[in-house]
This record gives sequence, structure tokens and C-alpha cells, in this order.
Amino acid sequence: MSVEFIIQLIAALMLGIGGIFAIIGGIGLMRFPDVFTRLHAGSITDTLAPLLIIGGLVLLVGFDLLTFKLLAILFFLLFTTPVASHATARAALAAGVQPLGEDTRDTGASTSKS
Amino acid sequence: MDTVLLGTILAVFTTMALSLWRALAGPSVYDTIVGVNAFGTKTVLLVALISFFTGHHDLIDVALVYALINFIAVIAVLKLVRQRDLATSGSQDER
Repeated sequence: MSVEFIIQLIAALMLGIGGIFAIIGGIGLMRFPDVFTRLHAGSITDTLAPLLIIGGLVLLVGFDLLTFKLLAILFFLLFTTPVASHATARAALAAGVQPLGEDTRDTGASTSKS
Repeated sequence: MDTVLLGTILAVFTTMALSLWRALAGPSVYDTIVGVNAFGTKTVLLVALISFFTGHHDLIDVALVYALINFIAVIAVLKLVRQRDLATSGSQDER
């Protein structure tokens, strides 16, 4: 049980859990009934799976120039994928795509305020 | 460690297949954009994993550039779908 073995074990666990999260996001992307729910499933795992997979690769490589490049990829992904998902949701809503389910905003406002 | 990398590569491949299925079969154009966005993110992860699996560490630059291009492409496609023109300023009322 050296330190290297423990670090490799943690890296393998992070890679495996990241792969599982990626598959869960893909299944959600395939099975959900609406644009917004599909976006929810896809974009949550789009931020969580890179965090785990690239974190596992960073633990695997140690301290190097490669670590900086991997952290730059993680930085860009963590900033750009929520922005892209938000832009997609806003564009779909502005184009007239209605979310599924009942609209409860009016009843909540009428019972509490007016 | 190669087994773990191969398993993660296969998981990312499965996710890419599912999101490509959503992009091809999506009823509206926004489903296609959602699928292509997830596909591009998983492509970045796949290139990073393959660069570790094969030992060619230079491939990580490809993943870095792809992460940037993917974001620009999604925003550009969204603007093209919305405005029908990439050269507009976006404020149609003032023209």
C-alpha cells in the first residue's frame, strides 16, 4: 500500500464513476420526453463526467505540462457547457417550445399575493 | 490501469452513440442541438482518454482545441437557427 498505489486507485475510481455518469446522461438524453428535460439530463452529466474523468487523468499523470493542459480543458469545459446549455434553453423557449407539465406559476401567485 | 482506461473509453463511446441517436431522431431542431452539444463534449473526453490509452500525449492539444471549437459551433448554430443569418446584429426592431 504505497502512496502511488493509492493515487492510482483513486484515479481508477474517478474514471469509472465518470464513465458511469456519462452513460447515465446518455440514457437520460435518449429517454426523457421533452427538450428541457433532455437538456437537464445532458448538461448535468456534461459538467460532472468531465470533472471526474479529467480529474482522474490529472491524478494519473502527476505534475507535468500535461497536467496544465488537462486543467485548461477542464476549465474551458466547466465554463462553456453551462453557457451553451443555457443558450439552448433560452433559444428553445424564445422559439415557442412549451415545457411539459402544468403551468403552476399563475395559481401560486394568485393564492399568495393577489 | 489500461483496463480502466479502456472501460471508460467504451462508456464514453456508448454515451456518444446515445447522444448521436438523439441528434438524428430528435423531433425539433433543439433536440438536435442538445445531442450535438453532448456529443462534442464527450468527443473532448474521448480524445483525452485515447491520448492516455495510446501514450501519444500530443493528442491532448487536439482535445483542447476541440473544447473551444465545440462551444463556438453550438452558439453559432443557435444564432443561425434563430436569426436565419449569421451576419445580423440581433436587434431586428431597429433596422
